[in-house]
Amino acid sequence: MLRLAVLLLVAFMTLPTLVVIAVSFNPTAILSFPPSGLSWRWYVNVITYPQFQRATWNSLVVTLGAVAVAMPAGTAAALALARAPRGASLWATLLLSPLVVPGVAAGLGFLILGAALGLLRSRAVLIAAHVALVLPFVVRSVWVSARNLDPTLERAAASLGATPWRAFQRVTLPLLRPGLLAALLFAVIVSLNEFVVSLFISTRLTEILPVAMFTYVVNYTDPTIAALSTLFIVGTVVAVWLADRFLDLGGVFLHHR
Amino acid sequence: MARAVVELVGCTRDYAGVRAVAGLDLTIHEGELLSLLGPSGCGKTTTLNLIAGFVPPTAGRVRIDGQDVTDRPAHQRGLGVVFQSYALFPHLSVFENVAFGLRERRTPRIDVERRVRAALALVRLDARAEHRPSQLSGGMQQRVALARALVYEPRVLLLDEPLAALDKKLREEMRGELREIQRSVGITTVFVTHDQAEALGLSDRIAVMQGGRIEQLGAPREIYERPATRFVAEFIGASTVLRGRATAADRVTLLGGEAVRVVGLDGLRVGEPVELAIRPERVRLTGGAAENVVDARVAGVVYQGVQTEVTVEIGGGQRLLVFVPEPVPTALAAGQALRLHLPPEAFMRLGPAAGEGAR
Repeated sequence: MLRLAVLLLVAFMTLPTLVVIAVSFNPTAILSFPPSGLSWRWYVNVITYPQFQRATWNSLVVTLGAVAVAMPAGTAAALALARAPRGASLWATLLLSPLVVPGVAAGLGFLILGAALGLLRSRAVLIAAHVALVLPFVVRSVWVSARNLDPTLERAAASLGATPWRAFQRVTLPLLRPGLLAALLFAVIVSLNEFVVSLFISTRLTEILPVAMFTYVVNYTDPTIAALSTLFIVGTVVAVWLADRFLDLGGVFLHHR
Repeated sequence: MARAVVELVGCTRDYAGVRAVAGLDLTIHEGELLSLLGPSGCGKTTTLNLIAGFVPPTAGRVRIDGQDVTDRPAHQRGLGVVFQSYALFPHLSVFENVAFGLRERRTPRIDVERRVRAALALVRLDARAEHRPSQLSGGMQQRVALARALVYEPRVLLLDEPLAALDKKLREEMRGELREIQRSVGITTVFVTHDQAEALGLSDRIAVMQGGRIEQLGAPREIYERPATRFVAEFIGASTVLRGRATAADRVTLLGGEAVRVVGLDGLRVGEPVELAIRPERVRLTGGAAENVVDARVAGVVYQGVQTEVTVEIGGGQRLLVFVPEPVPTALAAGQALRLHLPPEAFMRLGPAAGEGAR
């Protein structure tokens, strides 16, 4: 009985994805299900479509930029939260608040600010928005590791002659590793998949892949978008699997050890 | 007198308005093992942290080898610290834990190898070099922490309740081992503990602390046999405090009218009220009436194996604790009448507590 329930649930969750994957191989130019044959033509279309190439590059730049800012900032915030004698929960709530702000509101805010500052032509506003959006995930992941850190370890390092920076390098950072890797993975996935906020602040030249996909769907209704989605899904699954396999994430993603 | 290694001069430390250490003066001499002994919250760990440089004093100076190190951070003080939780680095092997201090000092690779091996041999853990701390027992972790703090030959070794996390049997074993290692290395050591047996058994000198002050500083025997204050008398070992009034230079009449002779107490002035302490193991059950024999009635009996601890009431409602070695000569029960001999040389005179004296 329980097994059946779990099976139904899994089916319910994965069905849309499976439909998309199936449609991507459809030889005809309509989004119909079930597919009438097997073809790679839409995958060729994805790779050769110039706007997708540009958007892929934009996605990489925006995600890398956002991660480069959010990781150190979020780690510092998490350490501060873990060490705050009190009032930590208030700050934690504030730092996690982007999660409860509707994307449309955030997007609108970034649009108005970006326009006022004249920054909408560049990717700067996109990167800034992504930093704000991934920061809660980074803070939350690192915080979990930071809270388990014994504060006397840094004292011990100091007593052994380590400067505060050396103690951070040799003791704190290695012990935060699982949290940092989980944070990195969350940040990359969230940033690469972000759509709503990015839609507001993208131009044709700066738009990232999810926005480019949306624009494409608005104009065309062939299975190209299904092919691209499939590539996206496969890429994410492989990345998470590799991370869980080869980096010690403490089973944050796939299973609990 | 041996050279002063650590000097605390008028050290005070406040935490959010609470005074943890109050105007402490303390000198620790070359090669000695000095214990800071007291109940939790007495300021002993704060004193250790002041020496280590983990917290700065609110007022006062800290000197090491005559140099003022008050403003020098912990990592520049060159001391060795063993923490109550050991604070071993869980991500490093035993070898790397011990090597940590040497690597921070940029010791040549060959010397690191040699000295870490020697330190691990000293604590009999040579075979565990490649283990992680979590794979070791509590006693072994404790020894790794000791090796880690000793390997770079620090000027002073600071031990913060290093035995508290061990079970009783292991604790007693480690106590002896610790003393042996400290002696063989000859390192000046400060030992923080709340366990009076540990302090009595390990120390060259003991500083008994209460309320951020030192109540008494002296050799273990001196502290035990001549406690300066009521607090020390009651904290170190068991003792009973009896009140009375001096009637001669060597005579005191207790509250209930019992006259006792006392010896070795200087400066009793006729007519002044005195507080005398007596150790329960010094009081003897006796038969006939004689000098310093008082009548008592049993109020409570606790059997403890090696001895029976009897609470008795003497004149004036004063209570007295008596340890009667097993096997007891007569059956003891509440309400029973007894005669007790209080030897004249067993009395200790108490001064006011340091805290009270200052107020």
